[in-house]
Amino acid sequence: MQYQRDVYGRTLVEIGRENRDVVVLDADLSSSTRTSFFAKEFPERFFNMGVAEQNMMAVAAGLASCGKIVFVSTFALFATGRAWDQIRNTICYNNFDVKIVATHSGISVGADGASHQALEDIALMRVIPQMKVIVPADSIQTRQAVLSAVKERGPVYIRLGRPKVEDLEERRFEIGKANVLREGEDVSIIACGVMVKHSLEAAKILSREGIQARVVNMSTIKPIDEKIVLECARQTKGVVTAEEHSIIGGLGGAVSEVIAEFAPGKRVKRVGVKDKFGQSGEPAELMREYGLGKEDIVEAAREICRS
Amino acid sequence: MNYSEQEIEELKEKAREIRRLIIQMLVHAGSGHPGGSLSAVEIMTALFFKKLNCRPNQIDWPERDRVHFSKGHACPLLYALLSKLGYFPQEELWNLRKLHSSLQGHPDRRTPGVEVSSGSLGQGLSVAVGMALAGRLDRRGYKVYCLLGDGEVQEGEVWEAAMSASFFRLSNLCAILDYNKFQIDGRIREVMDIEPIVKKWEAFGWSVIEIDGHNFTQILSAFETFEAEKEKPTIIVAHTIKGKGVSFMENVGDFHGRAPTEEEGKRALLELEGDG
Repeated sequence: MQYQRDVYGRTLVEIGRENRDVVVLDADLSSSTRTSFFAKEFPERFFNMGVAEQNMMAVAAGLASCGKIVFVSTFALFATGRAWDQIRNTICYNNFDVKIVATHSGISVGADGASHQALEDIALMRVIPQMKVIVPADSIQTRQAVLSAVKERGPVYIRLGRPKVEDLEERRFEIGKANVLREGEDVSIIACGVMVKHSLEAAKILSREGIQARVVNMSTIKPIDEKIVLECARQTKGVVTAEEHSIIGGLGGAVSEVIAEFAPGKRVKRVGVKDKFGQSGEPAELMREYGLGKEDIVEAAREICRS
Repeated sequence: MNYSEQEIEELKEKAREIRRLIIQMLVHAGSGHPGGSLSAVEIMTALFFKKLNCRPNQIDWPERDRVHFSKGHACPLLYALLSKLGYFPQEELWNLRKLHSSLQGHPDRRTPGVEVSSGSLGQGLSVAVGMALAGRLDRRGYKVYCLLGDGEVQEGEVWEAAMSASFFRLSNLCAILDYNKFQIDGRIREVMDIEPIVKKWEAFGWSVIEIDGHNFTQILSAFETFEAEKEKPTIIVAHTIKGKGVSFMENVGDFHGRAPTEEEGKRALLELEGDG
C-alpha cells in the first residue's frame, strides 16, 4: 500500500534531475500533494503561489510559453473548479505543456467533507479541447502517467486520490490505451482509479456465481480507447462502468457516448456517485454509503446479465 | 535618454497611421472594439517602435521582449503594430474576424508575434508573471510588458498576480494600465470604481508611474524609469481617452464594442489625415 502522491512527488524529483526545463507550482498544499519533495531538491524551480489557483494556472501558461514544462498541483477541486477558465482559455487553447496533477480527488478524501471532495473534475477537464485526462489506478501507474505526461505534447490532467492504494499486478501503461486485466465473455466492467481494484474483486464474486466478467482498466479517460470499449460492448452482454466520480460526465459518460454512437442497443450501467454532494466520514464508509463498493459493481453486472 | 522633437513628431505620425489602420480594419470586419484600441495607441506605438527588442523574422528568438495584451479586445491595435513591424503583410489586416483568418477577434497564437492568447479578462498579468519568472530562471535579460484594461482590474486574479509579482521581485515586468475611464456598461466610477488605483498598486508593492498616456515624452520617460528599476515590478498608470483621435468616438461608451460604420469610418479617416 502506497500513497499515489508519494510516488508523484518522487517521480517529479526524478524528472527534475533529468530535465532542467521542468518547473513546479503549488498553491499552499505542497506538503499534501508532495510537490514539497521537488521544492526541497530544486528550490529555484519551485514556486509556491499561495492560495491563488487562478493566478497559478495562468502563471503556468506564461512559463510554458517560454519553453518550460510546468507541473501544477493542488487538490482536484480547486485545480479544476476554481481555475477552469484559466485552464481552458490560457492553458488548453494555447496547447501549452502544463501538466495538472491534482490530488485528493473523489469521495475518499473523507472527513474534510463535500467542499473538498471533487466528484466533477473528470467531466470538467474532459470537455476541454486538447486536454488529456488520466486516472492512474495505483502507484505504479501514477509513476508511468507522470513520466508519460512529460513526453506528451500539450496539457494533461492526472487525477490522484488521497488514501493509500494497493498496487495491481498490471505493468502496462500508455496514454490512450486501456488494459484488459481479466478476460470474460458475459459482462464487461470498465473502471478507473481505485475502482479498478474493486472491479477485480467484484469479478471474483461474479465468477463464483457463474458470471465471467471482463475487467478493463481505463486509465486514460481522454482520449478514450474506443476500440476496447466497443469490443466490450459487442463481445459481452453489456458494460458496467465504475468510477469514484459523478456518474455524469466522467468515465461512465465517456463510455456511454461511445456505445450510444457506435454500438447502439447495448446496455450500460454506471457505478459512481449519483449526482450528489458528499459528506464527512471515513473513506471506506463513504465509498459504501455512496454506492462505490464492490457489491455495487456486482449488482450492476448481475442486472446486465439478467436482462 | 532624450528624444528629439523630430523623433516625437515621427512617433505622432506613426500613431496617426496606426489609428487609420485600426479604423479601416474595424470597418472591414464590421465588429470589434475601437474605443480601447484607440486609447492605447501612443503607449503601444512608443513601446513597439522605440523600446521593443524583437526580431519579426525570428518570432521564437529566445531573447525577445515579451508583450502581452491582457486586454485582448484591443487586438486591432496589436495587429496594426505587428504588421507595421513586419510580422505579417498588411493585407492580412483586412481579414480580421473572418473565417479561417490568422487574425482572430481576440489574440490567438496563430498570429505571428502573439505569445499567448487572451480575451478572457484578468488572466494576462498572471501570464506575464510566468514569462518574467521564466526569463529570470533562464538568466535572460528580456523584459515583459503587459497591457491591462481599467475595467479589467475589477477581476480578482489581477490582484493575485500583482501580489505574486512583487513577492517574486519581478523587476523585469512592466504592466501598463490603459485608464480610459470606461467599461462596456458605462463609466468605471459608476459601474465599479477602481479608485484609489495608484494607492492600490503601491500597497501591492509595485513601483507606480502616473502619466498622460497620449504624451510621448511622458510615455518614453516612464519606460526608462521601468528599465532602471531593480527591485519591484512597475506599473504605468496611463490616463487616456477612450476613442482618442476621432472626435465623435472620444469618451463615447458606445464605441467600446461597436465598429464604425462605413460612413463613420470615412469621417474618422478624414480626421486622421490631418496633423491632429
